[in-house]
Parts: sequence; C-alpha cells; structure tokens
Amino acid sequence: MYTLSSRLKLTAIIFMIVGAIGLVYAFMAAPDTIEDVKEMLADDSHQDSEEDAVLENDIHLANPEHVEGDHLIAEENEGAGAHAEDAAHDNEHYEHLLHQLQNKPWAAVYVAAFFFFMIALGTLAFYAIQQAAQAGWSPVLFRVMDGITAYLLPGSIIMFILLALSGMHLNHLFIWMDPEVVAHDELIQNKTAYLNVPFLLIRAAIYIAGWNIFRYLMRRNSLRLDEATDDRLHKTNFKLAAGFLVFFLISESMMSWDWIMSIDPHWFSTLFGWYVFSSMIVSAVTMIALVTIYLKSRGYLEYVNDSHIHDLAKFMFGFSIFWTYLWFSQFMLIWYSNIPEEVTYFITRIEDYTLPFFGMVVMNFVFPVLLLMNSDYKRLNLFVIMAGIIILCGHYLDIFVMIMPSAVGESWFIGIPEISALLMFTGLFVFIVFSGLTKAPLLPKRNPFIKESKHFHY
Amino acid sequence: MASKVIHAIYTDDDLLLQAVKQVRDARYNIAEIYTPFPVHGLDKAMGLESTRLAIASFIYGLIGFAVAIIMMNYMMIEDWPQDIGGKPSFSFIQNSPAFVPIIFELTVFFAAHLMVITFYMRSKLWPFKTAENPDVRTTDDHFLMEIDVSNHNVEELSKFLYNTGALEIKLIEN
Repeated sequence: MYTLSSRLKLTAIIFMIVGAIGLVYAFMAAPDTIEDVKEMLADDSHQDSEEDAVLENDIHLANPEHVEGDHLIAEENEGAGAHAEDAAHDNEHYEHLLHQLQNKPWAAVYVAAFFFFMIALGTLAFYAIQQAAQAGWSPVLFRVMDGITAYLLPGSIIMFILLALSGMHLNHLFIWMDPEVVAHDELIQNKTAYLNVPFLLIRAAIYIAGWNIFRYLMRRNSLRLDEATDDRLHKTNFKLAAGFLVFFLISESMMSWDWIMSIDPHWFSTLFGWYVFSSMIVSAVTMIALVTIYLKSRGYLEYVNDSHIHDLAKFMFGFSIFWTYLWFSQFMLIWYSNIPEEVTYFITRIEDYTLPFFGMVVMNFVFPVLLLMNSDYKRLNLFVIMAGIIILCGHYLDIFVMIMPSAVGESWFIGIPEISALLMFTGLFVFIVFSGLTKAPLLPKRNPFIKESKHFHY
Repeated sequence: MASKVIHAIYTDDDLLLQAVKQVRDARYNIAEIYTPFPVHGLDKAMGLESTRLAIASFIYGLIGFAVAIIMMNYMMIEDWPQDIGGKPSFSFIQNSPAFVPIIFELTVFFAAHLMVITFYMRSKLWPFKTAENPDVRTTDDHFLMEIDVSNHNVEELSKFLYNTGALEIKLIEN
C-alpha cells in the first residue's frame, strides 16, 4: 500500500494555493472597460524604456491593425468618410484588445485544465489498449495508471464547468457563443446546428459520462479481481476495454472539435482529432513513466525493473514521432496548398507565436529523438525524466498554441495568469493522483498476466 | 599450422546454453557455435560484444539527411530557383516543408540500405559464397559447439563435454 507522504501533500497544497492567488490576481488585473485598456497601454509606454515602448507598440498596436487590415483598406477606399471613421475604428481596435486581455486569464485556466485532463484521459486510453492487447509487460503498472486516471473525474468536471461558464457568456473564449458575432457571421450561422451551447454541453456531458463510467467499471473490476477466485472479471475488463476504445476514438475526435477546434470556428482540419489524440497519448505515457520512476525511487514498486521503464520510454519515443508526423502532416498540407480560408490558422501562429510554434516541435520531436534513441539511455531514469519533462512542457505549449491564438491573439504572454493556472492544476493533479494511488495496493494480485509482467525483461 | 578443434553436438537449446556456461567457466575457448535458429541469450552467455550496427545505421541516416538537404538546396534554391506554382524558392528554409518528405525518405533509405550492406560485409555474406557449414544437421535441429583444443588434453576435454550433455563429440584436424 502506498501512503501519501505529508511533504508531497504539502507541496501540492502550496502549489494550489499559490496558483489560486495568482489567478485571482490575474482576473482582477484584467481590464474591465476600453478606458482601462487605454490606461494600461499609456502606463506601459510611460514606465518602460523607449525600446520596450516600441516593442509594446509592435505587439499591441501594429498587429491588430494588420489583422483588421481589410477593414482599413475598405475604409480608405471610401475616401472622404475615412477620417470620421478613424475614431470609430480606433475604439473598435481597443474593444478587440479589451476582449483579448479579458480572455487571457480564462484562456490560461482553460489550457492548463485541458492539459491535465487530457493526461488522465490519455492514460485511460493507454490502459485500455494494454488490457485489450493483453500486454504481458504492463500489469505491474496498471495501478499506477489507475492512480493517474483518478484525475479523470475531477478534470473532466472542471472542463465541463469551464465550458458552461463560457456558455453563460462570462468570457469570450468561444466567439460562436456570442449571439452578436453570430448575427454578423454567415460562416458561423451555417454551423449553428452543431455549434450551439445546449448541444455542446449535452455532447460534453455524454463524453464525460462515458469515459468516467468506463473508468469506474474497469477500476472496480480490477479491484474485485484481486479478491475473486476465477478470471471472469478479467474477461469482462477485456470487453470493457475494447468497448471503451471504440467509444473513446469517436468521442475523443468530437471532443477535440468541440473543445479546441471550435475556438476557431472559421477553420477546420480533418486530422485534428488524431493530432489532439497523439498529444494526449504521448503526455499520458510520459506521465506514467514519471510517476512510475518516482514511486520506484520511493521503493513502492518492487517488480518494476528497467525493462518496464525501457518499454515506456520506447512508447514516449514512438508517440513523440507520431505526434510530429501528424503535426507536420497538418501543417504541410495546409502550407502547400495555401488556401486562404485554411492557411490563416498557421499564418497567425507563425507570425504571432513563432517561438512557441516552432519551439514545441523542437521540444516534442528533436529532444525526444536525440535523448531516447539510444537503447541504453532508455533504461536510465535520468534520461527518461529529462526527456519526460521536456515532452510535458512541449505538449503544454502545444495546447497553448492550439487555444491562445484564437482566444487572446497577439496579446499572449506566458506570465502570471498562465503560470499560476499551471501551478494550480499541477498541485491539484498531483494531489488527486497520489491520493488515488493510496486507495489500492500497487500490485494487482491475480491478473492472468501479472507473473509474466513481474519477470518481464527486455 | 595445423589446429585441432572439437565439435560437440547438442539437440536442445537450453542444454546448449547451459553447456556454454560450463565450458566458459572451465576456461575452454569456444571458437564458434552453429544453431538452426537464434537462441535467445546465447550471445550474452558466450560473452560476445554487442553489435555496433545501430550506431553505423545512425551515422548513415545522418549522411542521407545531409545528402538530401544539399541536393535539394542546390537544385531548387541555388542552381535554378524557378517560381513553381508560387512556392517561395528564395531560401531553403522558406521552401523546406516541401522538401521534408524527400529528406525523410533519403534518411531512411541511406540508414536502411547502407546498414544492410554493412551487415553483409561484416558477416561476409554474398551470392555464390561457399557455405561454411560444418554439419548439415545444424541448419535443421542440431546445435554445434566448436572448441579450440590447442594445448588441452583431448581425452579430458571430450569427457568434460560429454558431461555437459553433448550427444556427439568429434575431433577435427584441419
């Protein structure tokens, strides 16, 4: 039995509190009116050195005009009326900026909440794959995976609440939820049959219920199997896992359209669901490896040896390349054909998010490939931990780059809101996962493959 | 110089593995082992060095990577930078997504083929090569261990091998 050490618990609680305080500050610091935005900008340019002021102008002023360039050109064509409309346009610009700045703390919470939720969901998918594939190496890790999926229920409920709050117009994360925007946007109007708040929430409720019911049943059966006298429950779990995988692939795909792609309702991509999945599964495997190494180092996982770590590291390596393959496939197809309605997605990302956009490819591809290519390195905890931390940061950035450009545009920064949200959810995740690990013995007793798994070596 | 070897034939791979251990413990020198199929753990039991083929393959991959980049850069950017369907051919980086499939394929091509050729050369395999099979049964269901006699006592050595479970023991002079 694992017992939660008080130090870990305290660290997690401190993380949560510091994160929560930071978030409260971030929400209070967000501007309420256009005047606040103007004040903020004025303050910024007074306080900062000249160089910074130029930079601020670049970030806050030049780019919005660039984005709204077509408005500007239209106005100029009208000639005489142009000057009168300049002021109106100016206000429009500040309003645009106001929405972006108001979105910042919300988007930060949303990204962090989704990131940890997706690790839990990906772990459940990996667990189901191991069950359905009748893997002989992984049963000693099943309870670790169970512990990580303990975050699924709270994580998915938080996601649901965030979506519901957006639906109540407390933020502007999803522009298609704003009736005023929809009224002027024919493209979104044509999608309202799918993109409307009640239907979105119903779908979300169905996915969340489905995942959690499968998780609950598989976990319950696995615990009962320990006490059982036959392997009947193992077969039940096998069928549940297979059923879950079918449900998961459909629901995960739709979830990625609903929760991520719809933030940018003018854009669509067919492989987006798999792309989100690849990010999910690689973060999940990485998290399993990191938690396993941690528990092993505390002496809780007697039968886990470096071959198990080697296997996990191979999965990290393989899925990292899988992620890169999908990232590149999506990027290259759109870049190559350069169709205006699709390519804006990448233009905003490359122009405004150059460093995170390309940085994440380095973190999610180049680092894992170089660090984990060598078979010996995959057995060294140090290398697995280093690669794991880089992969997790990289996939946080991946979600960041998926959501931020449509939510806050060029006003992004990894500052107090983002870091506090990340801290808060890290604390929550660690707390729930490690409390979940204390609830059952870390070694399943009578899984049919447990003996093979104990003696697994590669 | 004429050298003597002993051929000991086993019929079971577990027995063979055990025998290898005993022979090595007794400090006899195993010259070669012939098996009909890969015996898991035999290389470790014999104390063979691990292969460096993977390292060679990695280097070949890097060569392929470089070849692809140099080739595409020369052809598409430097030699004749045409406007083909509006693709930006001003610099390599601007047009690089279009080159990635080729870079990838050439990397894999070089890594795979050169590694296979290295393998053939290092293990001296080629068409029309005369087979070096000491006993035809070793390709079917027998395992053969070849041990240097050098200055050991033949009598003693054969007795030792007999005790490790060898089915047949032959003294070969060549």
